[in-house]
Amino acid sequence: MGEAISNYAKRILPSTDLDRLLEALQQKGYTLVGPTVRENAIVLEEIEGAEDLPVGWTETQEAGSYKLSRNGSEEYFDFASGPHSFKKYLFPPRLKLWQAKRHRAGFKVEQENDQAPSYAFIGVRSCDLCAIEIQDKVFMGDSYVDPVYKERREKAFILAVNCTKPGNLCFCSSMDTGPKAKSGYDLAVTEQLKESEHVFLIQAGSEKGHELLEALELADADEGAVEFENKQLEDAATSMGRFLDTHKLPSVLKNNFEHPRWEQIADRCLSCANCTLVCPTCFCHTVEDTTDLTGDVAERWRQWDSCFTGDFTYFAGGSARASTKSRYRQWLTHKLSTWTDQFGTFGCVGCGRCIAWCPVGIDLTEEAAAIRATDLVSD
Amino acid sequence: MIAALASPMLTTPWPIIKTHRENSDTFTLELEPPESNGPFAFKPGQFNMLYVFGVGEIPISISSDAGNPETILHTTRKVGTVTNALGELRTGDSIGIRGPFGTNWPVEEAVGKDVVIVAGGIGLAPLRPALLHLLEHRRQYKNVILLYGSRTPEEMLFRKDLEKWSSQLDIQVYVTVDRATRSWRGMVGVVTPLVHRAPFDRKNAVAMVCGPEIMMRYATEELQRRGVPDDMIYLSMERNMKCAIGMCGHCQYSSEFICKDGPVFSYDRIAHLMGKNEV
Ligand SMILES: Cc1cc2nc3c(=O)[nH]c(=O)nc-3n(C[C@H](O)[C@H](O)[C@H](O)COP(=O)(O)OP(=O)(O)OC[C@H]3O[C@@H](n4cnc5c(N)ncnc54)[C@H](O)[C@@H]3O)c2cc1C
Ligand code: SF4
Ligand code: SF4
Ligand code: FES
Repeated sequence: MGEAISNYAKRILPSTDLDRLLEALQQKGYTLVGPTVRENAIVLEEIEGAEDLPVGWTETQEAGSYKLSRNGSEEYFDFASGPHSFKKYLFPPRLKLWQAKRHRAGFKVEQENDQAPSYAFIGVRSCDLCAIEIQDKVFMGDSYVDPVYKERREKAFILAVNCTKPGNLCFCSSMDTGPKAKSGYDLAVTEQLKESEHVFLIQAGSEKGHELLEALELADADEGAVEFENKQLEDAATSMGRFLDTHKLPSVLKNNFEHPRWEQIADRCLSCANCTLVCPTCFCHTVEDTTDLTGDVAERWRQWDSCFTGDFTYFAGGSARASTKSRYRQWLTHKLSTWTDQFGTFGCVGCGRCIAWCPVGIDLTEEAAAIRATDLVSD
Repeated sequence: MIAALASPMLTTPWPIIKTHRENSDTFTLELEPPESNGPFAFKPGQFNMLYVFGVGEIPISISSDAGNPETILHTTRKVGTVTNALGELRTGDSIGIRGPFGTNWPVEEAVGKDVVIVAGGIGLAPLRPALLHLLEHRRQYKNVILLYGSRTPEEMLFRKDLEKWSSQLDIQVYVTVDRATRSWRGMVGVVTPLVHRAPFDRKNAVAMVCGPEIMMRYATEELQRRGVPDDMIYLSMERNMKCAIGMCGHCQYSSEFICKDGPVFSYDRIAHLMGKNEV
C-alpha cells in the first residue's frame, strides 16, 4: 500500500531510551496505547511506559489457537497480531452518538461530545497501519464523514514497528501491506537485538514525528545498522506463515458464487462473528435507539455489528442472508473481492487474526485457495 | 474536544402537519421542513431516514412533488416496530428526519422518450414524485404509461391521484388487482403481464419499476421480452439500512451499497445479481 516516502534520516534509539521517547509523547499530551499482557494474550490497552510492554513474552498461533508464552528475550516487540486492533480506539465498539429530550410537542437533539484523548498508538505493525488507512476510506473518504473517527484519527500519533519476525498466520507479503511500514506513520522503528547491543533504528515519517525525534538528540544510524535492517526485513518478507494468491482473486470469487465449497465451510462455521470482531478492517455496525424509563430522554448508540448475525440483513419479514453459507460467502467475498470495487483496495491486510480467533480454525487463505483450485469458471 | 463537524447521524425534528389514511395499513404523513435548516430539496426516488422518538429509524421514500419541497410526504405501510409507531403519531407531533439520500429516477434521461412506470403495492409511493414530475413537464416526454398492481381495490394507494390521472388524456393508467371485490369493474391479475400490451416504443422507452423484488424480476423479464434494453430499465432496491451514508454495511448488495449507490439502479448494473439467492 503506497511506496516508501520518508526522507528523514534514520537514527539510533538505545532500547534503554525507549521510555524517553514515550515520556516525550506523554509530555505532548498523548495517552499511550500499546501492546501489553492481559488474560493470556497480548492485547492493546492504555499503557504508562515501556515497563508495560510485553518484554519477554511471545505467542504461538495456529488456526483456531493462540498461546501466550515466555521466551525470556529482552525484545519489546517479539510477537505478531493479538486479538485487539487499533480500530477499538478510532471506531469504538460502542459509542453514544446523540441524545434527545422531549420538548413541547417535539424534541431536541444534542450531539454527544467525544471525550477521547489524543492517542499515541505504540507498536503499530504495517498491516495494522494499512488497516487504519482502509478504515479512513470508510469513515472519512466519501461525501459523509464520521466526525468522531475523523477527530480521533487526526489527533492520533502513530509509532510504527517494522515486523522482523512474522507469525505463523501472517501473510502481509501477499497483500502488499508489510512487513515494512511504508507510509502513514509519524515514527517507525525496527528493533535490533544483537549480542553487544539492543537498539531501535528509528525514522520519522511526518513533521510531527521529526520534531519529536529531533528533541531526543539521537545519533545517526550507521551503515551497518541500516544494512542489518534491510536484511531483517527481507528475511521477514520471505518467512510468512501463510500465503494468499491475489491474482484475479476478486473475479475468481465473484465467478464462484455457487461453488460447493461454501456449503462445506458452512458445515464448520458457527456464524459466531469472531472473525469480524478481531478483523482490523471490518467496519459494520448497527444503531440502537433507546429511551430512559420516563420515556422523555432518548439516546442513539452505535455498536459494532457483524455480517454473521441473524438481524444483519433482516427486512420485509426475513433475512436476506439466512444461511451460514451465504454469510461466510458474503464475508470472504467482501474482504477479497467486492471491497476492491467499493474502496479500491482489498479489505484484508493479512494479519491472520481471523484465523487464530476462529473457534473452529477456518483459514481464509485456505478457503480462497480451495475455491481457486476448483474454479467453476476458469478463464 | 467538541466535535467540529455535525454527525451525519444526527436527526432533525420535523413537525407533522397532517396525517392521511391511505388504506387499512398504509398512511401518509405530511411534514414541514424546519426553516432553520435552510431549504430542503430532493429528487424523485430519493428517501429520508425517519426517526420515531426512542423507537428507531427507518428508510422511507419521499412520496411528494419534488417541485414543491415546502411540505414533504412520506407514505408508509405498517409492517413492524417503527412503522407501527409512526402510524400512531398525530398532527403536531414531530419525527426526526435525516436526508435526502440515494439515487433518483432518471427523469432527465427520459426526456424525449416514452416512459413506462410499473408499480406494485407500496412501490407506487417512491414512484409518485417521478409521475408528478413527468406530468408537470409533460411536453418533454412522449407516451407516459402507469401500470399499477394492488392486492385488492381497497388497498390501492393515492386513490385521488389515480382517479385524476385515469381521466387525463396525457397519461395512460392501467390498474389491476390480485383479488377483486364486488364493486371492482377493472382488471384482475398481477401487473407484470400488462407490460406486454402497453403502448410504448421499445427502442425509445425508459421503464421505472418498484415493488416487491419478485414482482420487479418478472416486470424486468417482460420489459426485456418487449425489447427494452437493460440500461433503460430502472429498479428501486430495498435492504436493511442502519445509516444511509455508506458506513454501517447493512445494505450491501455485492459491491453496491444500496443506500448510496442506489436505491435506484439501472438494471444492467445489477442484472448479474438479480434472482440469485442470498446475495
Ligand atoms: C430505500 C428504501 C425506501 C423505502 N421506502 C418505503 C416507503 O416509501 N414506504 C414504506 O412503507 N416502506 C418503505 N421502505 C421499507 C421500510 O423501510 C420498512 O418497511 C421498515 O424499515 C420496516 O421497519 P419496522 O421497524 O416497522 O419493521 P421491523 O420488521 O420491526 O424492522 C426490524 C428491522 O428490519 C429493518 N427492516 C424491516 N423491513 C425492512 C425493509 N422492507 N426494508 C429495509 N429495512 C427493513 C428495519 O430497519 C429494522 O432494522 C423502504 C425501504 C428502503 C430501503
Ligand atoms: S480478514 Fe483476517 S487476515 Fe485479513 S485483515 Fe481481517 S482479520 Fe486480518
Ligand atoms: S469463520 Fe470462524 S470466526 Fe468467523 S463466524 Fe465462522 S466460526 Fe466464527
Ligand atoms: S445503510 Fe448503512 S451502509 Fe447503506
